[in-house]
Amino acid sequence: MTATFVGMPAFPVAARAALADTQLRANLAHATSTIRAKRLKVVAEVDDWEQLRLAGAAIKDNTLLHLDEHLLRLEESLTAAGATVHWARDAAEASAVVAAVAKSHGVDEVVKVKSMATAEIDLNEHLAAEGISAWETDLAELIVQLGDDLPSHILVPAIHRNRAEIREIFLEHMAAAGRPAPDDLSDEPAKLAEAARLHLREKFLRAKVGVSGANFAVADSGTLVVVESEGNGRMCLTLPEVLVSVVGIEKVVPTWSDLDVFLQLLPRSSTGERMNPYTSTWSGVEQGDGPQEVHVVLLDNGRTRALADEVGRQALRCIRCSACLNVCPVYERTGGHAYGSVYPGPIGAILNPLLKGVGTTAQTDSLPYASSLCGACFEACPVRIDIPSVLVDLRAQVVDAHRGGMPKPEALAMKAAALTFGSGARLGAAERASGLVGRLLGRAGRTLPGGRRMLGRLPGPGAAWSDARDLPQPPAESFRAWWKRTDGGRHE
Amino acid sequence: MVTCVNDAMFPETGKAVVTLLRRLGVDVEFPEGQTCCAQPMVNTGYLDEAVPVVRTFVSAFEGYDAVVTPSGSCAGSARHQHAIVARRSGDPGLAAAVAETSPKVYELSEFLVDVLGVEDVGASFPHTVAYHPTCHSLRMLGVGDRPTRLLKAVRGLRLVDLPQAEECCGFGGTFAVKNADTSVAMGSDKARHVRGTGAEVLVAGDNSCLMHVGGLLSRQRSGVRVMHLAEILASVSDNGDRK
Repeated sequence: MTATFVGMPAFPVAARAALADTQLRANLAHATSTIRAKRLKVVAEVDDWEQLRLAGAAIKDNTLLHLDEHLLRLEESLTAAGATVHWARDAAEASAVVAAVAKSHGVDEVVKVKSMATAEIDLNEHLAAEGISAWETDLAELIVQLGDDLPSHILVPAIHRNRAEIREIFLEHMAAAGRPAPDDLSDEPAKLAEAARLHLREKFLRAKVGVSGANFAVADSGTLVVVESEGNGRMCLTLPEVLVSVVGIEKVVPTWSDLDVFLQLLPRSSTGERMNPYTSTWSGVEQGDGPQEVHVVLLDNGRTRALADEVGRQALRCIRCSACLNVCPVYERTGGHAYGSVYPGPIGAILNPLLKGVGTTAQTDSLPYASSLCGACFEACPVRIDIPSVLVDLRAQVVDAHRGGMPKPEALAMKAAALTFGSGARLGAAERASGLVGRLLGRAGRTLPGGRRMLGRLPGPGAAWSDARDLPQPPAESFRAWWKRTDGGRHE
Repeated sequence: MVTCVNDAMFPETGKAVVTLLRRLGVDVEFPEGQTCCAQPMVNTGYLDEAVPVVRTFVSAFEGYDAVVTPSGSCAGSARHQHAIVARRSGDPGLAAAVAETSPKVYELSEFLVDVLGVEDVGASFPHTVAYHPTCHSLRMLGVGDRPTRLLKAVRGLRLVDLPQAEECCGFGGTFAVKNADTSVAMGSDKARHVRGTGAEVLVAGDNSCLMHVGGLLSRQRSGVRVMHLAEILASVSDNGDRK
């Protein structure tokens, strides 16, 4: 796979291109509205949903408060169970561990369970550079990989594709990666799934090394947990002789009773199911059953940076359910690619700057602004991440990171506004000027029912508003002036 | 608090609030020192610039029993964001003043239903109306069905259901110009839903959102007009007049 998010333009530019893609808009509107309806139905069935959300948030917060202790406990339990634990500060270190394990077994291919952590670190590209092919086995990840495409959703990475497009991808690209698709492949979902099943089966039976992430890591028993729908993950977790799991350090939960809460929250929030079809758990090595060599790579890659952020650290509660993407009106229209990361949508808009740092690239700095702050994400989040508040805090960090240099027009406008809004008298003067503009425009524009005059396209900085929207003509008299003239309406 | 947007662009909404509250026996003042709630600065990331604006806010409104505003968004800003700005200022005096003022800020429908305890405000407006619950009134303040309870008590008013009513219109403050294309895409879908209802008037509790959706409806020559909730509740005659 050569597709990459590296070098993506800032959100407004990427969004403009995506918004023009009518097929994408239709695919996303259909898919997200379907998942939204399913989620609402199964969440409504749970009487104590709000209590579960509070519990989920509290468990994650308490764990993050003593993250160091829980991680050491996890390492101890894993090691006692026969696993080898590796610590990785960043993408390069984590990828090097996986490559070294694969090479120590002389393999040139690995099979992969769908994993956000390995996507985050571009593991497939790192392995390819070492001459190792990493085969995605999740159906949607396979579609993305075969199409030399990029994921656009956390849970449903090929959400931007419809079945006709998937048929084309299978027919064109499956042969180069292994067993080809049948020539008479139709776009019926069952036929597409069957083609993928036959293609993947060959890889499952051949691969000696499997690579996964983990949804959760239980510290006291050293158990990794993978939650999935297809069973392909379980094939990768059980068939190969060697298993390497790359796990973000925020995935740790102290005990199985903590896990209980998340196994209720996650499927309802993500796929809109009461329970996910496959939950695989494994603790190190079991003699004679499953992989006999088990490695766990504990990944930081910016998580400790996020943890140090007083407001933003709540993003580390995220269980990657995608509920925030599915309810987001911005995501629904732009799709995931516009966010320039494997983490798109509202959670991506906060997680990327938190992991990578604010003030490093224009693309990352544009993400906190990729939201109307409508709050639908916070309402849907199963672990109560207050995404709008984190977005606003990150916006302040973006602005602060650029203070000191040559001020942008926006910064000058904000300084002018701060001065104007500093006193009622100064605001009154500004309004008299705007009222004068209104009077000068006279009978320009059009009159709406009700009598309000509307202005059409405006020149200069007004164009961003008025290219698609009329603007009411400023009134000749502000409220403030009216109040003064009429003594609060007593002498009209 | 009339809000800066209403003061400068929609004075009729402010006048409607005055008319309506006086009709209900409230002693209404407009402290002339007031300007803006500082939300445009806070939500764009300019916290230092927000500090003097919040100072102006608390000094204008200190000492009143209630601060009533025809905007869910500005009420949300005062109640949820002023403390952030005060913390940024490092001034405990400002933090104390904010703690005193913020809880007294009410969005209009909250004040009418919760404080005055009225749902029928004696209004008359014989038109077909669709109501858009604005995001901050809905999710930041939790006004719930207060606005629709008020609308249902208006004589002659026919309230029609707006499909996907709770989805954001795409205004989002500076989002409307920083991400103009996405904002317009969201607003166009909202406008399409509004037109589908056959309503003559789209009503909401925030003129900023209405300026956005109304701007699209106007550009589309849709014939649908937008009105603030306050103007409908103040109306006592067939044509929307207040007198």
